[in-house]
Amino acid sequence: MTSVPSAPGPAKVVLTRVVLNQADIDRALTRIAHEILEANKGSQDLVLLGIPRRGYPLAVRLAAKIAAADPTVDAAAIVGQLDVTMFRDDLSHQPTRPPYPTQLPRTGIDNKVVVLIDDVLYSGRTIRAALDALIDLGRPRIVRLAVLIDRGHRELPIRADHVGKNLPTSSAEKVRVRLEETDSVDGAPVNEVVIEATA
Amino acid sequence: MKHLLSTEDLSLANAVRILDTAEEMAAVGEREVKKLPALRGRTVVNLFFEDSTRTRISFEAAAKRLSADVINFAAKGSSVSKGESLKDTAQTLAAMGADAVVIRHWASGAPHRLAATDWIDAAVINAGDGTHEHPTQALLDAFTMRRHWSKLAGTPSAGADLKGMRVAIAGDVLHSRVARSNVWLLRTLGAEVTLVAPPTLLPIGVEKWPCAVSFDLDETLAQGVDAMMMLRVQGERMNASFFPTTREYSRRWGFDDNRLRALDTLGLKDTIIMHPGPMNRGLEISAAAADSPRSTVLAQVRNGVSIRMAALYLLLSGDTREPATTVTASAAASHAANPNLTYSHQESH
Amino acid sequence: MAEQQQHADNSGAYLIRGAAILGGAAEDILIRDGIIAARGNQLDADGAGVRDATVIDAAGLVALPGMVDIHTHLREPGREDAETVETGTRAAALGGYTAVHAMANSTPVADTAGVVEQVLTLGRTAGWVDVRPVGAVTVGLAGEQLAELGAMADSRAHVRVFSDDGICVHDPVLMRRALEYVKAFDGVVAQHAQEPRLTAGAQMNEGEVSAVLGLAGWPAVAEESIIARDVLLAQHVGSRLHVCHVSTAGSVEIIRWAKSRGVNVTAEVTPHHLWLTDELARSYDPVYKVNPPLRTDADVQALRAALADGTIDVVGTDHAPHPSEHKECEWAQAAMGMTGLETALSVVQHTMIETGLMGWDDFARVTSTAPAAIGRLQDQGRPLETGEPANVILVDPAARWTVDPSKMATMGRNSPFAGRELPGKVMATFFKGHPTVLDGKLNTPYRWPADAVDAAPSGRP
Repeated sequence: MTSVPSAPGPAKVVLTRVVLNQADIDRALTRIAHEILEANKGSQDLVLLGIPRRGYPLAVRLAAKIAAADPTVDAAAIVGQLDVTMFRDDLSHQPTRPPYPTQLPRTGIDNKVVVLIDDVLYSGRTIRAALDALIDLGRPRIVRLAVLIDRGHRELPIRADHVGKNLPTSSAEKVRVRLEETDSVDGAPVNEVVIEATA
Repeated sequence: MKHLLSTEDLSLANAVRILDTAEEMAAVGEREVKKLPALRGRTVVNLFFEDSTRTRISFEAAAKRLSADVINFAAKGSSVSKGESLKDTAQTLAAMGADAVVIRHWASGAPHRLAATDWIDAAVINAGDGTHEHPTQALLDAFTMRRHWSKLAGTPSAGADLKGMRVAIAGDVLHSRVARSNVWLLRTLGAEVTLVAPPTLLPIGVEKWPCAVSFDLDETLAQGVDAMMMLRVQGERMNASFFPTTREYSRRWGFDDNRLRALDTLGLKDTIIMHPGPMNRGLEISAAAADSPRSTVLAQVRNGVSIRMAALYLLLSGDTREPATTVTASAAASHAANPNLTYSHQESH
Repeated sequence: MAEQQQHADNSGAYLIRGAAILGGAAEDILIRDGIIAARGNQLDADGAGVRDATVIDAAGLVALPGMVDIHTHLREPGREDAETVETGTRAAALGGYTAVHAMANSTPVADTAGVVEQVLTLGRTAGWVDVRPVGAVTVGLAGEQLAELGAMADSRAHVRVFSDDGICVHDPVLMRRALEYVKAFDGVVAQHAQEPRLTAGAQMNEGEVSAVLGLAGWPAVAEESIIARDVLLAQHVGSRLHVCHVSTAGSVEIIRWAKSRGVNVTAEVTPHHLWLTDELARSYDPVYKVNPPLRTDADVQALRAALADGTIDVVGTDHAPHPSEHKECEWAQAAMGMTGLETALSVVQHTMIETGLMGWDDFARVTSTAPAAIGRLQDQGRPLETGEPANVILVDPAARWTVDPSKMATMGRNSPFAGRELPGKVMATFFKGHPTVLDGKLNTPYRWPADAVDAAPSGRP
């Protein structure tokens, strides 16, 4: 993890450091997948709902790892996407955001163990919106939260059940998660988590 | 997008964005809790200078499903009897704190005046102005067509346009705001449009429009049509000599049982029949055609609520102090649960 | 400019130095006792026996005969919320006019000797320009019965121009009778050519733009068919005809044909029809709503060529002020009309002179000489020669100004040129030798002799 002066801005220099590389991400997800199975004492009634954008590909990867550990699981059948755009508390302070699709597994969420999946947990407001969105869709038996990165600075009483890496940051820093399903750098797919600080 | 006044200047990106957002809104209508909190605290005023219970209820349902407050203002006055002026009415609404004004007016251009002057600051949605435009009608028509067209192709409708779809619109084009809005939007979405009408009901200058024009409905059907849209025709027009009798009009330009059968004999098994309503059964469309399985009339009404929810959401949910930026075409194009998204969000968790 | 002296009894003398006469060579003009007392190079006022002549430095300015508007709406009596004779004629003076023909569609309609004499008196009391009332052709503009044209001709208003403007004299028999009848007193019928049934409910020009905007169309043929009929009628009965506000290329063709056959027809075009097109209606801003409507660019070009080659004889403003509530509304509800007195010169300069189609001498013809001839005004549109009545204006062609309706003298805020920068400014207007406008601003009105306020206009043959 070195300091690499990167890219743009005529006057500013942005320092980035890589905190998780591709292998680190994969190991973290494997551990989270096992933790999910452990907390639930198996795969019964499990539903993984990814929060767009990057929560969804993470949910897909987690489902594959869970199916690898427990062959009775059909990975595609337990994954879904939960869009929280309409439930955000900051809609009127941002430019308009069109919503992403919400797609639930065919078996629904009533009485299920729903694990919300997101890439970064920060203020906690996205998860608060996700809980409101979830309640309008049905009544899960239990709701848990799995995140790849917890960077602190919570503004609401929200905590994750499963964390890939705890990353203390200052609010001036930006945490960027890049996954090959959604991101590329110079045209090449990439998997990494970086922290950007403006010098 | 600050206002939705017409489809003529609606970009492909914004049009697809509205249609895609409407898909999500439609999903809300199938849930137990048919409500979203997105427009909580916003006030939508229905300012109707022309009677239209159906459109007004559709907008009201749309606003309420987004948790907005709705005020209905049935303005007095008409082209015959002048009531309170548009300017005074608008300023009264602004004083009452309207965030959006949904306006239906008998004078073409009234929504444009509202949006262009400084009488109000709210977002303006055109719910039909004179013979000029009815953008939400065209959008719900396109939404209906898109679902059908994508289903035939076996592809998801999200992000799709209407390239290659053959659409025929028949009726009183001269006096129809639905026809105009549809021609511009269908052109933008890549469909091929043919207008069918008697020469008296086509405007001078229609030859410059981005569509074909025909006086012969049967010939148009024979050339192949994927969606047949019938427009309402007022019988009273025969008194101004637009056509001699309603009987002759129906025979030549009405979608009667013969033409319904022709769809089968021509092998057009997937062709849908559309109508913006209200219908004059027996004049421009036969009862059998209106009630046939090909008819999408009820779906159009349902889709109207979803489209109007999308329009209200996209105009009102953002920071309304500044005009929302236009989404680039690439971002809007791929909007399914497709991981390969390049949407430029401000990330904040 | 030198100091201005206020002469309440119009007795001032003025020495204009170095003005380009009709845009030509620069000369001096001496104005005294209401006439051009002398004209030439390096005039010596004292030598001409004139003491205390106010000297006006006119270097760079063009001297023209005072403009005559053949078509203006002063709205009074009856519509003083839109304009009065006082405010309208102030606007006219600022625009370089020394005479205006006030159309008859007031309330009450100017269809009797009494009303036209009232308008004449209002004009003289105001004193800014020579107001020449136009008499209605039919009673109440209803198009059914001839008004007392002879009585109006013999009245103190000495009416020679008759028009139902605003409304077309569409009945062919009535139009024939009117054309015949006015021959008795050298009158002329000025027709507002608009077939009423073809234009029922019309809002703007019928064409590509109206098709898209969903506004009912006003087809060109509704104007052209009436003009075609009227020139043939005029020829048949041997009368003269004037066509108001020609707006289409087709109308130009018909008038050119009629003139080539010797028909005694004159035609008029408005400044706005020389410049603006129906594309402006796309904004739905009713400031562009006018009758006849703005047409296409092809029509604009044809009208310019016709004014240049004389097929169209005169520029008439059709100045039509409206109160703001009649323009701050939906297009369909809005009144039709544009103001024009204060922008006419600039618009003609922009569209005709700066494009090389006309010079200032042609300008004088179409804005002064020809309209004065149509109205049979003996003391207007005269050459700028010694002994002629001193109705003279000084124009700065190099000036540039931005149109701001709130600063205009007319009460009407409905100018389609609002916000545009226009060339040319009237710096001085002399009406009967008295400056109504000096240094580009209103000065004082002309004081008619007390017995002349209610007397017949000068120049009775």
